[in-house]
Parts: sequence; structure tokens; C-alpha cells
Amino acid sequence: MSNHAPVTDWVHDFDHTDPRWTENPFPIWDELRTASPVVHTDRFLGCYMPTTYEAVKKVAYDTEHFSSRRVIVRDVRPDTTQSAPPITSDPPEHKPAKKLLLPPFTPDAMKKLEPRVRAICNELIDEFITDGKCDAAARYTKHIPVRAIAHMLGIPEKDSDLFITWIHEILELGIKDDDTMMRAIHAMTAYFAGHVEDRKKHPTDDLISTLMNARDKDGKPLSDVHVLGSLRLLLIAGIDTTWSAIGSSLWHLAKTPADRDRLIAEPELMPTAIEELLRAYSPVTMAREVMKETAISGCPVKPGNMVLLSFPAANRDPAMFPDADKVVIDRKENRHAAFGLGIHRCVGSNLARMEMTVAIEEWLKRIPDFRLDPAGKVTWSEGTVRGPRQLPILFGKAG
Amino acid sequence: MSGKLKVRVDQERCQGHARCKSLAAELFDLDEFGNAHEIGDGAVPAGLEDKAWLAKANCPEIAINVTEE
Repeated sequence: MSNHAPVTDWVHDFDHTDPRWTENPFPIWDELRTASPVVHTDRFLGCYMPTTYEAVKKVAYDTEHFSSRRVIVRDVRPDTTQSAPPITSDPPEHKPAKKLLLPPFTPDAMKKLEPRVRAICNELIDEFITDGKCDAAARYTKHIPVRAIAHMLGIPEKDSDLFITWIHEILELGIKDDDTMMRAIHAMTAYFAGHVEDRKKHPTDDLISTLMNARDKDGKPLSDVHVLGSLRLLLIAGIDTTWSAIGSSLWHLAKTPADRDRLIAEPELMPTAIEELLRAYSPVTMAREVMKETAISGCPVKPGNMVLLSFPAANRDPAMFPDADKVVIDRKENRHAAFGLGIHRCVGSNLARMEMTVAIEEWLKRIPDFRLDPAGKVTWSEGTVRGPRQLPILFGKAG
Repeated sequence: MSGKLKVRVDQERCQGHARCKSLAAELFDLDEFGNAHEIGDGAVPAGLEDKAWLAKANCPEIAINVTEE
């Protein structure tokens, strides 16, 4: 495991794992964007970062020059990557792999799951509401997405802590520590292989069985490697991301009483507000690998380098969003890219929106007045997914 | 006064963000994969013009066309 030297020149030597980026990336992104639409670092064996909405969009749309076979910017680039279709797939393999996963995640499918998520939120709030305070990241936001995706996959909600550990090892520690990442991936694969075996004997009505029963374009069942890769993807992508989005939203509302009061007074504003919170605090940064030389927004990019594809930075581009640095909960025009752009649009976007909406609605119903605990410290996750990992909150009016 | 509006979803561009259905369920619907299409011939009933423009303004893939007849 390697520690990175502190950054002294963001424009020519950026590092998205630097503690200052983790703590407050927004001024860094502004500095990079002012310098160039595409910046480069020699760290991570060479990596570009598009800094404008336009440049991020061009990379996301260009599957000819940019591959998704590696979707996390890391210190190492092993030859064999653990594929997780469709997120790590390029055309023409991408489309059929994605199509299999789309029907279980439509808005109508999410409506059926919504009562369970509402119940999960209230079960969690019941556990801490009489304390008058809580670490909302550890006791609330963390548990909602993991229990919901476990419910969809048909695996025990009580295994949640195990999943959260693996995901921390893959998405955060894995950037700098290959052994830990591979160990977590293998543990996750073995876990799902056991559930797949069980279902061969006892079929069920859940997402694991859906994948097992799926047929490829030639009418053949998917390989075990494909099924296990897609299951790893659903677990990895469905947890940290929405945990972060709900946490950032509560963090914003804890320190912005005007927005909180307005959402309580005007509940019909919730969908618009959720989109704005997704824009302002987008949790997910993806990656691409440059396959062929090309230019993005006039900047040449060369094969052998990775691309840090920061949808969060794109969503703060003032050329695309007036008052990009402000949270405007009734923003009318909002083409944010929090769920990506182009063919890799997040397959779980409807699930994430439903979970965010329900988690905020239920919190506001039970705990309408709350604020950050001045005695505690808010901490943020590092690297690929950004959100609060400690979020100390006091309930009730101040004073 | 403007003429009658028509909406159309470009199937090549739509990636199923579902923003249009969320903002204007009277004008857009989704297929079994979550991809959007206009309802009927896309004619916008009187009073829903603002929703048509709102859906267009929030489509991340610029997949929605609004035309005036």
C-alpha cells in the first residue's frame, strides 16, 4: 500500500485521493477548469481529467477512443481485470448485457419496492430518535441502500455489514492496495457463487434468479462468470453511491434551514430538489481508458493513460449551470450528469432516486428540525464515490 | 400566441434517464426497458405546453424535440 505525496500543483499533478480533494473538491475543480478543459497528472500511471461539462460529455459519448474496461482510476493497472458487465463493457457487448438489467430497475418496478424502503427508513429512525442526536451516516444513510439492494437480490439483509466492508475495500482501499481489493472481489464472488448454487436447486423470484434465467442474443444462458460479474456490479454500485447521495442531502439540509423548511411546506418540490442535490453533490466519479489518440475540447489525449471521468465536476461547470456553486432547490433547467451520460447511464438511477426521496421524506416527517453537531466532525469518503462517512446531527431547534 | 406543440423522443439518443416521464407523465411514457417515447402522436394538449418545454430542458441526452405547428 502506497501513500501519495501531497499535491502542490493541482493543474499538472492532480490527485483525487489527496485529503484536500476529499474534504472540499469544489475549489480545486474550479481551479482546474479555469486552467484547461482537460488536465493531466503523471500519478496513477498517467491520467487525464476533463474539467468541463462539455469535455466530460464528449468522453462519455466517445466509446471508440475511450474504453470502459477499467472504471476506477488506481495506482496499478493489472493485465486481467475483473469484468462486471455492463459497466465494464464496450460496444457491441454492452447493449445486450445492459438490456438484461433494465426491466427490474424501471420506475414502475421501483414503486413496488418503495413500501419496503419506507419501512427500512422508519425501522432505522426508531433505533435513534429518542437519543436526540445521531451519526446519520453510520446509523441511517449507510443502511438504506444496502438493505434495499439485498431485498432485490434476494440475499439476507443481515449480511449488510459484510457487503459494506467489501465495498470499502474495493472502492476506497483498492485504489492504492491491490491485494486488499482482489481479496474482497474473490470473497464477494464466492458469496454469490453459493447463492447461485442454492438457486439451481431451489429457484426463487429475485434478481439473482432473473440473471440466472436470462438468455443472451443467441438464446444461451449467461456464463457463470457473467452472472457473478453482474451481481458484483449490482452490489458494489448500489450501496456506497446512494448512501453518499442521501448523506450529502441530509448534510445540506442540516446546515440550510431555509431549504428544509421549504421542503416541508412544499412537498411537491421534492423531485426538483432531489435533482438539484444530485447535481450539486453528485457522488460518483467514473473512469475510462484511452485506446486511440484523439483530442477532447482541443486537448490531445494519448493511449496508455486513464481518464478520471468526474460527473460531479461537470455538474459544477458554470458554463452549463448558472450559479453552479449554489444549491437552488427549485432549479427549473437541470440537465445534470450525476448518473452519467450516453450508453453507460446508471442502471440503478430510478432506484437511487426513489431511495433518496423516501429517505429524505421519512427523515423530515420524523425529524423536521435538525442541525450539524458542533461537537462532532463530518468526514468524507475518498476517491471514486464521495459522501459523508460521519455525519453527527442534533435533533430539535438550536439553543 | 404560439401554435400547437408536438413532442418527440429521439430513440437513438434516449438512454432512459426518465426525467421526461417524471416531469410530464401526460406527454411521455416508458417501455419495459425504461426508455421513453411520446404518448400517441406527441400532440401537446392545451395547458401542458410548459410541461413539454420543461421536459426538453431537463433531458440530459438532448433527446426531446419540441416543435410548433
